[in-house]
Amino acid sequence: MAIPLKYNFRSLFVRRVSTAMTVLSIALVVAVFVGVMALATGLEMALVTTGDPLNVLVRRRGSDSELSSFISREAFQAMRFLPGVQMNADGAPIASGEIVVVINLPKRGEQKGSNVTIRGVSPVGLALRPQLHIVEGRLFQPGLREVIVSRRISERFEHTSLGDRLRFGKGEWKVVGIFDAGNTAFDSEIWTDVNQLASDYHRESFSSVLLRATDEAAVKEIINRIENDRRYNLLAQPEVEYYEEQTKAAGPIKLLGMFIAIVMGIGACFAAMNTMYAAVTYRTREIATLRVLGFKRGSILLSFLTESLLLALIGGLIGCVLVLPIHGITTGTANWQTFSEIAFAFRITPELLLWGMSFAALMGLFGGIFPARQAARQSPAAALREG
Amino acid sequence: MTQPLVEIRNLSRIFRRDSVEVVALKDINLDIPEGDFLALMGPSGSGKTTLLNIIAGLDKPTSGVVRVGGIEVQRMNEDELAEWRNHHVGFVFQTFNLIPVLTAFENVELPLLLTGLSGQERREHVLTALKLVGLADRVDHYPRQLSGGQEQRVAIARAIVTDPTIILADEPTGNLDARSAEEILTLLQQLNEQLHKTIILVTHDPRAAHYAKHERHLEKGVLLPPGVTYTVEERA
Repeated sequence: MAIPLKYNFRSLFVRRVSTAMTVLSIALVVAVFVGVMALATGLEMALVTTGDPLNVLVRRRGSDSELSSFISREAFQAMRFLPGVQMNADGAPIASGEIVVVINLPKRGEQKGSNVTIRGVSPVGLALRPQLHIVEGRLFQPGLREVIVSRRISERFEHTSLGDRLRFGKGEWKVVGIFDAGNTAFDSEIWTDVNQLASDYHRESFSSVLLRATDEAAVKEIINRIENDRRYNLLAQPEVEYYEEQTKAAGPIKLLGMFIAIVMGIGACFAAMNTMYAAVTYRTREIATLRVLGFKRGSILLSFLTESLLLALIGGLIGCVLVLPIHGITTGTANWQTFSEIAFAFRITPELLLWGMSFAALMGLFGGIFPARQAARQSPAAALREG
Repeated sequence: MTQPLVEIRNLSRIFRRDSVEVVALKDINLDIPEGDFLALMGPSGSGKTTLLNIIAGLDKPTSGVVRVGGIEVQRMNEDELAEWRNHHVGFVFQTFNLIPVLTAFENVELPLLLTGLSGQERREHVLTALKLVGLADRVDHYPRQLSGGQEQRVAIARAIVTDPTIILADEPTGNLDARSAEEILTLLQQLNEQLHKTIILVTHDPRAAHYAKHERHLEKGVLLPPGVTYTVEERA
């Protein structure tokens, strides 16, 4: 049997200040790590959860996003009647030609503004995104300068509350509704009637077209047909895939998070190491006594490593608790593919917390291994003489 | 003639520090029969503790042989020694060396954790040992809540709880007042006389030595012949 855990646990509380400082430093590292990763996860989830597997998004070949794409109305008409496109109850194809523009809006409480995406959609476009629902006010009416604004955008930008008026295009647009798009990319957009938007911006063409396929096989077939049609030079891909590609924006944040966490983690490792070295020095006589009683070197090593791990895990747990309140807080960043603001919430998932705890454990192991080795290697006779 | 429990043959221990050699023990020959209570006496630096450590396998001789119960102690590796000590050696220190974060009960239980005993069996052994040293009512006390004499009694309970072959006590009364010292020495005497435990007591207190059956004296690393004591000047 190994040295009992209660020995380590109680020993940690003997040197309270040093234990508390180390626990705190590990807690901070874990909190920062989980916090930044929650930011990246939130951003990823906002984009990844967007799209229906049966939806095919079409844009001009060579354009990075809908914003830089255009599709002629003729091409749209051709696509609507491709085999494999689903029909609605009225026998009309479920296909939506949409226009995407960006406008600059001032952020609430800040001088500077940011780009916000305006999407012009038809009733079919609304039907294609059933996750979007009005939470306040009503839907815009076709032919009028009326918009509906996502709740996240409304929270973060001026002139976007219900009843406010926004100035873009050829005049003022009234905010008639606030919507929630179920944590998708549309939560960063303002929607209006596609024809009114086309008229204000003199757009003959659409930015993108969204088609609903009858089944998965039809998705492939539609993509093949569109891509092989030399007349239009278009790129078709599953809607889900398009938004997944945009999650690249989360990459640098993740990298930054890892970098900060690793730099801070090294610091915390040294804090743990310092505490454990102090513990080993302070308990030289105790370690020698354990050896005299018959505990082997391996048991001593394991015991001190466990103690370091315990120290780190307590820190990790506190770090996780500290960071939990940021879950759900809305923030935004620039999406460099659409050059517009993407609003999303910090997402702390159980998996992320597990990562945080694993990171804490790693710090404990690294910080504890050398002191534990020193403890296991010391000669009991010499320790009893000197200690 | 029966084989002695501890046989020491031509044992020497030389400490090397940089280029300086210090002879701690020189050509020691000693037999300790089972059931003996031997007081090893000598001034500071005479090699008493070194000899005790070598018998316990905590230190290795530079040359010579130590056999305890027929086993050559110096031949075992660290892990074998740890296991052997757990079964055969009970150690009592001058500074008690109880684990401060563990209660009297938990301290005494420590060596039993390395045996195959069940929790219930361990509990019985620990309580018996603590009762034997007169501390049955102090099981849940931490070392800081005990007097020096009580701490040393807990340490003795820890030393005897595994029913070891030999008890090694290194200046067990060195940190105690006269009354507590007397109690501890009486306890060791009882262990020897009533439970027939073999005890080696290292001390430089002549009063302590009176409790033992035999005395042997060490001086500058040399074991003096039986009946010869180390020089008075040094005893002062």
